[in-house]
Amino acid sequence: MGTIKKIQYNCRHATLLIEKRQEKPLTLKERVQLAIHLAGCSVCRLYLRQSRVIGRALQHLFGRSGERGYTLDEQVKRDMQEKINERL
Amino acid sequence: MKAKLFSTSVSADPAHWVAKYADYLYSYAVSRLEDTDLCRDLVQETFLAALERLNDFKGESSERTWLTAILKYKVIDVYRKRNTAWLLSGGSPDGEPEYFESDNGHWKEAYAPQAMGIEGEDATTRKELAGILEKCLKRLPALWFAVFSMKHLDELKAEAICRELKVTPSNYWVILHRAKVNLRACIQKEWR
Repeated sequence: MGTIKKIQYNCRHATLLIEKRQEKPLTLKERVQLAIHLAGCSVCRLYLRQSRVIGRALQHLFGRSGERGYTLDEQVKRDMQEKINERL
Repeated sequence: MKAKLFSTSVSADPAHWVAKYADYLYSYAVSRLEDTDLCRDLVQETFLAALERLNDFKGESSERTWLTAILKYKVIDVYRKRNTAWLLSGGSPDGEPEYFESDNGHWKEAYAPQAMGIEGEDATTRKELAGILEKCLKRLPALWFAVFSMKHLDELKAEAICRELKVTPSNYWVILHRAKVNLRACIQKEWR
């Protein structure tokens, strides 16, 4: 298989580049590889759209979980402070 | 006299740590690990570790920041311990299907992405997606969950995540890729 053919059919490589591109700029070689692949692969074009949607959903979900406060039981807290006090 | 005054104003105040910071630290841990019993222990360990290092506290950062930094290392330690070396080097966990053909890297037919209708992102699908996503995240191996939480919760760049997890950049991309392909597949399975 020639190089172009290999890239054309390598969805594993293309989807890795799709993930990488969402975080940092690709090299020229990687950009060309991805463009060639995506031009001929509708499945990876779909993956690209879904991956972005999932990325935004993750951002949203973790953003919310960061704001959510959890509280410890009062008894647990008393025990904790006691353990600290023992060592002071 | 002046020096002494200064040193008292920046010294740590362990007698009030629990009241001031326990819930904050506990929330920090729970949103990264989910295991509440473990998180409670980590908070306790953080306080005790901080006590032993009281002299390191110079008041350059706030007490809360200093304690959080200690807890952060404990959380990362959990991530690392929960995963065997092969996950850190980009391998996949037991039972994880191979999504691509081994010879040419093409999607295997059974795992090729299919349109789910999430691509348009309207309000209803977004809500539904969030629920499924939460469910699928819980099933991820700890390391993969860690990568997502460091990326989206701590908003760390790839370089920083590599440093903290002690993985090479190329392994990081492989890990992130595997984790995302797995997550997408889980969403597709749960989506109806």
